[in-house]
Amino acid sequence: MTEALVNVEHLSRVFDVSKPWLNRVLERDEKKFLVAVNDVTFEIRKGETFALVGESGSGKSTIAKLIVGLIRPSGGQISFDGKNVATQGSSSMRQLRSRFQMIFQDPFASLNPRWRVKDIIAEPIRTFGLEGEAARWQTRVDELLETVGLSSGDGAKYPHEFSGGQRQRIAIARALSAQPEFIVCDEPTSALDVSVQAQILNLMRDLQDEFGLTYLFISHDLSVVRHMATRIGVLYLGRLVEVAEGKTLFKDPQHPYTKMLLDAVPDLEMTGRARKPVEGEIPNPIDPPSGCAFHPRCALANDRCLSEKPELKLHGTTETACFAVDEGRV
Amino acid sequence: MSDALLSVRDLVVEFPTRKGILTAVDSVSFDIGRGEVLGVVGESGAGKSMTGSAIIGLIEPPGHIAGGSIELAGERIDNLPLEAMRKVRGKRIGMVFQDPLTSLNPLYTIAEQLIETIRTHLKLSERDARERAIGLLDEVGIPAASRRIDDYPHQFSGGMRQRVVIALALCAEPELVIADEPTTALDVSVQSQIIDVLKNMCAEHGSSVMLITHDMGVIAEAADRVAVMYAGRLAEIGPVRDVIQDARHPYTKGLMGSIPTLMHDSDRLTQIPGSMPRLTDIPPGCAFSPRCPKAFDRCFSVQPACERHEDREVACLLYDEGGRP
Repeated sequence: MTEALVNVEHLSRVFDVSKPWLNRVLERDEKKFLVAVNDVTFEIRKGETFALVGESGSGKSTIAKLIVGLIRPSGGQISFDGKNVATQGSSSMRQLRSRFQMIFQDPFASLNPRWRVKDIIAEPIRTFGLEGEAARWQTRVDELLETVGLSSGDGAKYPHEFSGGQRQRIAIARALSAQPEFIVCDEPTSALDVSVQAQILNLMRDLQDEFGLTYLFISHDLSVVRHMATRIGVLYLGRLVEVAEGKTLFKDPQHPYTKMLLDAVPDLEMTGRARKPVEGEIPNPIDPPSGCAFHPRCALANDRCLSEKPELKLHGTTETACFAVDEGRV
Repeated sequence: MSDALLSVRDLVVEFPTRKGILTAVDSVSFDIGRGEVLGVVGESGAGKSMTGSAIIGLIEPPGHIAGGSIELAGERIDNLPLEAMRKVRGKRIGMVFQDPLTSLNPLYTIAEQLIETIRTHLKLSERDARERAIGLLDEVGIPAASRRIDDYPHQFSGGMRQRVVIALALCAEPELVIADEPTTALDVSVQSQIIDVLKNMCAEHGSSVMLITHDMGVIAEAADRVAVMYAGRLAEIGPVRDVIQDARHPYTKGLMGSIPTLMHDSDRLTQIPGSMPRLTDIPPGCAFSPRCPKAFDRCFSVQPACERHEDREVACLLYDEGGRP
């Protein structure tokens, strides 16, 4: 087993979603909290693609932002290459920061429309002082543009001159410019058309091979995840319910929620595989069900599932948080 | 076809702009049979939504239908006066749009919206209309329909709202339902529920469906036939299974290859180089020719027409003489 690059331990994030103070006093309302990420533990190994899947409200984007440090955790810790991110001093944090980058979902919002493409791509180089003279970062930007399949002349243009897929290439070039080891990709293709999505996914895999990158790949699309991921974590209402090797998860899903998700994917090849219709909807995360959050939709739920929260436990190579799996009731 | 419910012939939709006329839909012809679900698939800008809007007469000016005809049950509807078209819309053609929150009025309860629509199109008393509305909500799977009917749209989740919109579209027993990306705003697990509801409701009420989506998976689940659109033109039409398993048009082939699937392991996805041309610079000849791996000299000058081979229609010069390449 290769060593872990990113370690996430008991990570939690709580958002205060209360009404303003005056309303609370007048309407006698309590403070309300939304637990977006609840006690999540996983590791990302060097050179792999670890994917997080889940539906809206499952906390996958919150985890991405926590890992790159865009928001602070309410509990737990994240360590990168053995160093706890929270306890680093500012100068060593800065060094650490240059080793991970992020690609966002919407390439129309993540690129500054008033900057030329070459300035966008060069920003991390300048911020981290990687290349001294202007002439050197110019050539570096040209190289990067060609690496992601654009031409070096494109650097002088503005983002609006590019299509969605090309903009996502620019975002990838920007992420690569700091020569990171680890890239967090938050739904990198969900704003793109399928044929363009295929181009971007292929490009991301090529770059991974070329530069030995490690990815945290976040997506709601199981077929995309299957194509990209080495290992997969399935999130439901802020908790990990299953972590498994990519192939195992699809061949032999353990958790009832994972099974339900797989059954919900349209049968494109029309193989007529047997599928159970999906029941119910994701509950409101402000007021999640007691015990296992999935129990209201689960056919295997019993009294224990209603009261106790299941922890991730190893079964074979798969980690599952489910009492039914623990007790062999599946 | 004589038994077609909807018959679109050589439909052209144009938008005059300062830079000249944009052709958003370019001589598109297809039929939808009674009770049939026709999927219309394509990437953004392919003209699929515009075709839907043209059928229900909701193209935003300055866009307009510049040619061709649309017939609903043998009667032309593309040149009806506004008032007459209003009677067709909702009564004979129901609509389901992508975002259920914007297709429901947030200031009225579900009951008010359903009853208003029902009484606009059917001669029913207030009480009977309410009965009917509750019945419909029950059918689309809203629990405790008789109580929830008095709720406002914001009190429903996304999936439940889309169920309400489907009930709204079907409340006057339309002959045709146009569903434009009905599941795009929803999560996968909810998506599969909504597809089932749409499919079953339309089958039970005998409505035909034009299902517009960018998601081939949704088409595979729900449609009988599929029309693939590219740059405002039809590339291919045929029975869903045939098109998915044996795509003929090089664009459809590329599109199918670029979708990652749950079943197959492949290291690389097939990719179509480049992207769809903007409407301002559609290449001469076949619109797909600059990206097509099989393009030959005639493709760059001759625009292929949709040729029929048995139950498939393909607009590609490779199939010009009726044979496979």
